Amino acid sequence: MTLLAQSPMSLHDTYAAPVEHRFNPYSENGGTILAIAGADFSVIAGDTRQSEGYSIQTRYARKVFQLTDNAVLATNGFAADGKNFVRRLKQSLEWYQHNHHKQMGLKAIARLIQTMLYGRRFFPYYVYNILGGIEEDGSGAVYSFDPVGSYEREACRAAGAAQALVQPFLDNQIYFKNQQPEPGAEPFVPGRLPLSTVLGLVVDSFTSATERHIEVGDGIEIFIVMAKGRSPESLLDEKLGEGMTIEEVPPVGEGGEERTFLLSGPLKRD
Amino acid sequence: MTVQIQPQEEAVGFDFSNYARNQFLGQHMNGLPKATSTGTTIVGLKFGGGDSGEEEGVCLGADTRATAGDIVADKNCEKIHYLTPMIRCCGAGTAADTEFVTNLISSNLELHALSQGRPVRVVTAMTMLKQYLFRYQGHVGAHLVLGGVDSTGSHLFTIHAHGSTDKLPYVTMGSGSLAAMAVFESAYKPYLKREEAVALVARAIRAGIFNDLGSGSNVDVSIITKAGCETLRNYEMPNERGVKSRNYKFRRGTTAWVKENIRSLIVKEDVKITSGAGKEQPGIEPHPVPVGAGPGGEEGMDVDS
Amino acid sequence: MEYNGGSVVAMIGKDCVAIASDLRLGQQSVGVAMNFDKVFPVNDKLYYGLPGLATDVYTLREQLRFRVNMYRMKEEREITPKTFTHLVSSTLYEKRFGPYFIEPVVAGLPSPTELDPHPKPFISTMDTIGCITTPKDFAVAGTASNKLFGVAEGLWEPDLEPEDLFETISQTLLNAVDRDALSGWGAIVHVITHDKVITRQLRARMD
Repeated sequence: MTLLAQSPMSLHDTYAAPVEHRFNPYSENGGTILAIAGADFSVIAGDTRQSEGYSIQTRYARKVFQLTDNAVLATNGFAADGKNFVRRLKQSLEWYQHNHHKQMGLKAIARLIQTMLYGRRFFPYYVYNILGGIEEDGSGAVYSFDPVGSYEREACRAAGAAQALVQPFLDNQIYFKNQQPEPGAEPFVPGRLPLSTVLGLVVDSFTSATERHIEVGDGIEIFIVMAKGRSPESLLDEKLGEGMTIEEVPPVGEGGEERTFLLSGPLKRD
Repeated sequence: MTVQIQPQEEAVGFDFSNYARNQFLGQHMNGLPKATSTGTTIVGLKFGGGDSGEEEGVCLGADTRATAGDIVADKNCEKIHYLTPMIRCCGAGTAADTEFVTNLISSNLELHALSQGRPVRVVTAMTMLKQYLFRYQGHVGAHLVLGGVDSTGSHLFTIHAHGSTDKLPYVTMGSGSLAAMAVFESAYKPYLKREEAVALVARAIRAGIFNDLGSGSNVDVSIITKAGCETLRNYEMPNERGVKSRNYKFRRGTTAWVKENIRSLIVKEDVKITSGAGKEQPGIEPHPVPVGAGPGGEEGMDVDS
Repeated sequence: MEYNGGSVVAMIGKDCVAIASDLRLGQQSVGVAMNFDKVFPVNDKLYYGLPGLATDVYTLREQLRFRVNMYRMKEEREITPKTFTHLVSSTLYEKRFGPYFIEPVVAGLPSPTELDPHPKPFISTMDTIGCITTPKDFAVAGTASNKLFGVAEGLWEPDLEPEDLFETISQTLLNAVDRDALSGWGAIVHVITHDKVITRQLRARMD
């Protein structure tokens, strides 16, 4: 047989090259986040599952954090980097408050995040950040970042494992992409949707992503930041989904101006 | 002159004609597309006999999620495949392979039963599967749990893609096998009653559904005893999607279009019944068909003479 | 799959089905044509889409045309959507170890028969080696499949009338392909009902 005539070494050619083992400092922990800006509010949401490969590490890991009275940050990607990034960001914000006797504005936080991310240009935090809150002029705002600090203000943004599933849905429902207005009606204006509509869209985005993406599920946390002067009555009266609970998040600073609420509920666990 | 017809070799089995092309394409693009795989939880369990006072049999279980990478391709697929009336087979791995292998072996088992004049045994199914899989050296990616009842009793096997087999009283396979085996190792005991067996299998599958990301949706169960096979499709449905909070019906005219073409279909035809050609009918002039001319020749074309 | 780009989606409505595809043909990131229809008819009420490698689109279309014609002549009847799906599936699995880079989507309305006077609308999809899935809601395939899954999961609802189904499938396709660099450049939608087939061409973003 010809095969046996071959030199025995050539049969083991695949083992000839040395196998290189290298430590990989990064991991990917699934999950999805999104944020939508309204006229005088901002909604920032994330699921609570943290996974690696086919295993669930925890069913409750927080991805959305209150930074100041008018800013909330959602972070997604490598959970350890995300946690550490938020910790250092909060520390920076605390120092700012001690130095200046006021909280940092949303626009400034966005720039700070860029500086912090770009500072690690060649060993990045492996995280996608979305910052939501109220601008100094009282309007709702969303800023989205890439891992090395490129950022942009938008009306809505999805990021994470199910970004591809959620973003085109939001394009359609928030930006009214590909929709013709009724004949004679005014053209659609994005960023002016009522809060109840936005909350419905957020919940449906996450239930849809849970259906089709294996890394999304377990729970949902929706932070709602309201501009000063806006009555929260409309929110508390909302008919919440099954199992949903709402609580007011106490202010970080003196409070009394913007108000932050946390709406949380269950998602499918399979 | 006699024409010798060369017996042509029949084209059977797989066709590798695209193989070289695809290798080339794979090098020039970022890899080849991924097939649907069943990142699965499948289990099997022997029960009955001994001091249970019940007939012995096997109980098979499976989840119903099929994945393509990290996306759910099918939320309610069937992973318990039919082999013979008294043998079933759960499949994990490459979804197309489990489907086609079980179909092929099922056909061959039916032919075997017909030629032998008796129902096939589970070991026969197991042997045919392992020999087929071994021939393809693991490239046919079917990981199976085989169970059934025959003249020699109830049997349960696992078959790996390379062709190795195990014979055990309780087995699990797929990406959720560890979660399911954890349940079996803690709660299995010999001579379970049928109801206990079904409950334990469902619990093992649920462990896979909830703790393994590759498994999900519903629980399918099959119970095979000497009396027959009972398949409980969607025995448990713990993952139904609730109602959406908003209604997404669009106003008609939302989408702009440039060109339209409407193709009307024939919905109903009235067929007038006539009897044989050339026969006299009221109101129809007879056109006699000349015998011996045209198609049909001497016999004519009279249909119902 | 990513060589030429393209996507197809099919949806079930109330006594109707719809199937739609984009019209782009590309060569990697370069757009080549905007009239590359990927949906073909089998008979009056049965259509199928072939997103994937363009050379295989033609090969498979001709192969299937041949096999369907042989079926029609041997059986003297039209092929049903379910049978056609299995025909496509076996055709793909034949090339298990050198597959066609195609993920077919089938959509059809079975004709009523004596055994089944009220058949349900039928859609199905397969992976490149012929693993069949027959969903009750929608089927997607192609380079924008992830996006299509997300939007369809959000927008689809049961029992849509033909005109409403047209809106839902069109919005699903357009918004999904707008986020996909390899799909788009126009779209075509077929809505199949028992008495007519409505075919509409849509404009889409050209970037």
